[in-house]
Order: sequence, then C-alpha cells, then structure tokens
Amino acid sequence: MTPILDIRDLHLSFRGLRSVTEVLHGVSLQIGQGQRVALVGESGSGKSVIARIILGLLQETSNAHISGEVLFDEINIGSLSCVGRAAMRGTDMSMIFQDPTSSLNPAFTIGRQFAEVLRRRDPGLPRQGCSTRAIDMLREVAIPDPDRVLGAYPFQLSGGMNQRVMIAMALANHPKLLLADEPGTALDVSVQAQTLNMMHDLVEDHGTSVLLISHNLGVVREFADRLYVIYRGRIVEDGPTSAIFQNPGHPYTRALMSAVPRITGAGLPEVPEVSDDFLAPRFSHGCVP
Amino acid sequence: MSLLSMMSVTRTFQTPTGPIHAVSDVSLEVMPGECLAIVGESGSGKTTLANMILGILDPTVGTIEFDGVPLSTKRSADERRAIQLVQQNPLSSLNPKRSVGASVRLGLDTYGIGPRSERWQTVEDALNAVGLSGEMRHRPPSALSGGQRQRVGIARALACDPRLVVLDEPTSALDVLVQARVLRLLNDLRRDRGLTYIFITHDLAVVRNVADRVAVFQSGKLVEMGDTRQIFTAPQAAYTRNLIGAVPVIDERELALRNNLAEAQ
Repeated sequence: MTPILDIRDLHLSFRGLRSVTEVLHGVSLQIGQGQRVALVGESGSGKSVIARIILGLLQETSNAHISGEVLFDEINIGSLSCVGRAAMRGTDMSMIFQDPTSSLNPAFTIGRQFAEVLRRRDPGLPRQGCSTRAIDMLREVAIPDPDRVLGAYPFQLSGGMNQRVMIAMALANHPKLLLADEPGTALDVSVQAQTLNMMHDLVEDHGTSVLLISHNLGVVREFADRLYVIYRGRIVEDGPTSAIFQNPGHPYTRALMSAVPRITGAGLPEVPEVSDDFLAPRFSHGCVP
Repeated sequence: MSLLSMMSVTRTFQTPTGPIHAVSDVSLEVMPGECLAIVGESGSGKTTLANMILGILDPTVGTIEFDGVPLSTKRSADERRAIQLVQQNPLSSLNPKRSVGASVRLGLDTYGIGPRSERWQTVEDALNAVGLSGEMRHRPPSALSGGQRQRVGIARALACDPRLVVLDEPTSALDVLVQARVLRLLNDLRRDRGLTYIFITHDLAVVRNVADRVAVFQSGKLVEMGDTRQIFTAPQAAYTRNLIGAVPVIDERELALRNNLAEAQ
C-alpha cells in the first residue's frame, strides 16, 4: 500500500544576510494509511519546520530553500501552486496546535469558526447544516452540551474544552492526514491524558493518519505506532514504537530515554554530555510501513 | 524548628462575579534543608501561595512565619534577600536589554549585599557555581541557550545568598536532556549550600526524584501532604491517585506502579 505521506531526502536551509543556515539534512519519513507516527526531538531539531513544509507554508517564505520530495497522497507538494497548496489545508490535511486557546480566534464564537472550517470543504453549506454537523462533531469529542459551546467564545471555555473543539474542527472535514504539533503541552497532565486518549480513539474510528510532533517520550509511547527520532535536522532512529522503547539503538535515543525522570524514582538520571556519537548514522529497526 | 510556617492561610480575590478563594485555610511547615514540592493543576493556588511567601501578596486571613518571625508584604531588605525566586520561563524573566551580569548584580545592589567593589566578583562566583563562565556576564540573554538562561536565573537567586528558594516550574520550559542537567545542578546546590527549596511544579516524575515531601493542592485546598515515597506508593486522596495515573510513562516498572494505583481505586 502506498504511504499517505512520503518524504524523501528533504533538505532545508534559510538564507540570512551573510550566511546560510542548514536546518534539515536529508530527512526521509513515511506514514502509512491510518498510521499514527510520532516525530520526537528537542527544540531546534527541526520538528516543526517539517510540519510547516508538509502544510506547504514554508514554501511561501522567500528565504527558505527546500529540496527533496514531499509526496502527499501521491501528489508532490513542491509541484503545486500556492493556491493548490492552500486548497489542501483544512480539507485533506489539518493541524492541531500546541495551545488551543490562543489558536482559536477570541473575536468569534466557536459556531462561527466551526462553520468556516466546514465551508472549506462545502463552500455553500447553509447555516443550519453547519450547526448540525458541528453539533455531531462536538458530541464525538464528548462535549456534553454542544449547543452552549457553539454559542460561546473561546475565552469562555476551559483549556481542555478548547482542545476538544480543536480536535473536532480538525477532524470535521475527514482529512487524510492530521498534523498535531505538541498537542496539549499547554494543558494540565490529566486533561492532556484525556484528550490524547480521545484523539487516539477518534483517529482510529475515522481511519485518519497522524503525524504527532512531540518532545515528550511518555506521550509518544502511549499514542504512536511508529516513531522517528530527530536530532539536529537528521533522523537518527526509526521503527515501531515498542521496539524502540524496548531496545533503543542510537546513542542519542538512549541518552534521551535515560534523561527522562521516572515516577518510580530511581534518582536523578545521569546525563551523557553532548557527544559526536549523537551524529552517528541512522539506526533503523528495519520495519517498512 | 521549621524555617517557614503557614498557619491557616487564606487568600481571597474579589471579582465582579463574587469572591474567589485562591488559597483556603492552608497550614504547612517547611523544614530547613528540605525540598518541599507543591503539586497541583492550573488554578489550584500554587502561584498565589508562592506570591504570599515571596511577599508579593498578603494573606487575607492567617499568618506566615519565617524563622519564627511573622512576614508580610512589608519586609526589610534582609528578609527579602533570604527568600528568592527562580522563575519558569528564563527567556521572559531576564531583562533583554541588560547583560546577564547586570541582571545577576541587580539583587546585590538592591539589598546592599557586600561592598560595591566586590560585587562583580560575587556575580562571577554565582555564575561559576551554576556551571557558567564568569566571562558570560557581558553577554545579553539573547546570546544564551534556554538551559544557560535558566542557569542565570538560578545564579541570580544564589547571588543574594538566600536561605529559602522558591522554584516555580524551573524546568518545564526545557528539553529533557537540559532538564536533567539543571535538576542535578539544583540538587547539588541544595546539598552544598544547605538551601531549602519550595519546588512548584505539575510534573510528578520530576517531583518523585527531587522532593523530600510533597503537598498536593486542589482548587486552593491542601488535599494531601506526606513523604514523597509514601505519596507515590500509597496516595490517600483520590485526586492524588488520578494525578499520578495521568502521567505519561515510558517503562514497564512505571506502568506497573500506575496500574497498581488504578486497582487500588
């Protein structure tokens, strides 16, 4: 089966005034149909720029130089026009951001913003149709009183509630691919756990493929089937989540895992210094999606 | 004798929709040399509690004593010096227009610590103590990495020679590898200098590894307090069990602990 997303040898550099900064050094990544894939790395490793390239946003930045192929549903995103890429966003692929409250517009009600999302797919959808579909979606994310939520402004709802609204909006147009960049990092742990579980079940029901971007190994272990570890613009390890957690093969992955404090309390972890080992060649657990 | 004690402290905020009890009837003691973790979700009153300890807010009801002396927002320079804060986000807590050294020195000048001629030396010593070079003091915060900035935040607190340090989510903005190093540094400093910590966080895995005791807060109330090991292996309150149950874990032993707690429920 062809993967829904196939990134091949992706390079990215930013041209500055005097110098060129290389950000991605040949990233390859595949997401199969209905798969939940996680991309893990520290800040500055290049996780979020990958999401922005998949969405076709970085292509519009004039000082970004991108080479390599990004095939989404067998279409090369690089060959699309600006308009073509825009048409794809919010319909065939959608995104969930880190902080739900600040990514919703405070000046409009949830209902109005929901209608805008639905009309990306069906431009002529009447008001009544919008609210019926919005109510259905909000029920799916276990919002008990969808009518009230539709009439509310984002600041009148809690962070957890807004996060559910974001998930409902992101899935409303039945996208083929959902990008989630650190979802729920801004929320409390218990709320984060709840919404991640819900997102897990929903994408399973809808058969949506997901790329989860995170720095939290615990979240990744519970959510994803496959894992890519990124370090300084290079994928250093990839494979099924369980295989990597049981037997991390790359020095950087091992360092990451040992640095996470455990609730069983084995004391503060020993952290290896940043070493050249971290740039060792990619370790693949051999399973191709 | 306890270093800090709070006796039936309540803090109420008046709002148009009625009063909000941000902290209600909290009594607790902090022993010299210990690390007490304050745990709770947003809105549980952690920050209000810290603000009262730091002298930014007065309690509406109740008293706070430091070393047996009652504390209010009106404090002497020496009382202020003795309790220092390390903030969550090192990027927004340092003045971008000041050099790192000037930020660290500010406390020394404000509280008049040591002779003027020796203050730059104190600044360099504080930077060295957190693993930065003294040369670093000439740089602006923008030239530093996140981990280095948080070290500057710690150096700023240390330079004032405090007895109690309030750490408000000191590592939650940092990457795991950097977080692990900063936590180690904090532990070493506490041991070497005999410091007392109040460690405010929502990250329970961090708490398990750095705190001696844990106080769990829920909507302004202290729901449970005890030794760290006891809180994690046999929590009494359902709320504490839920909190621990929600922590994303990465290995089998952690999973077993979480499952045990779920069964106990």
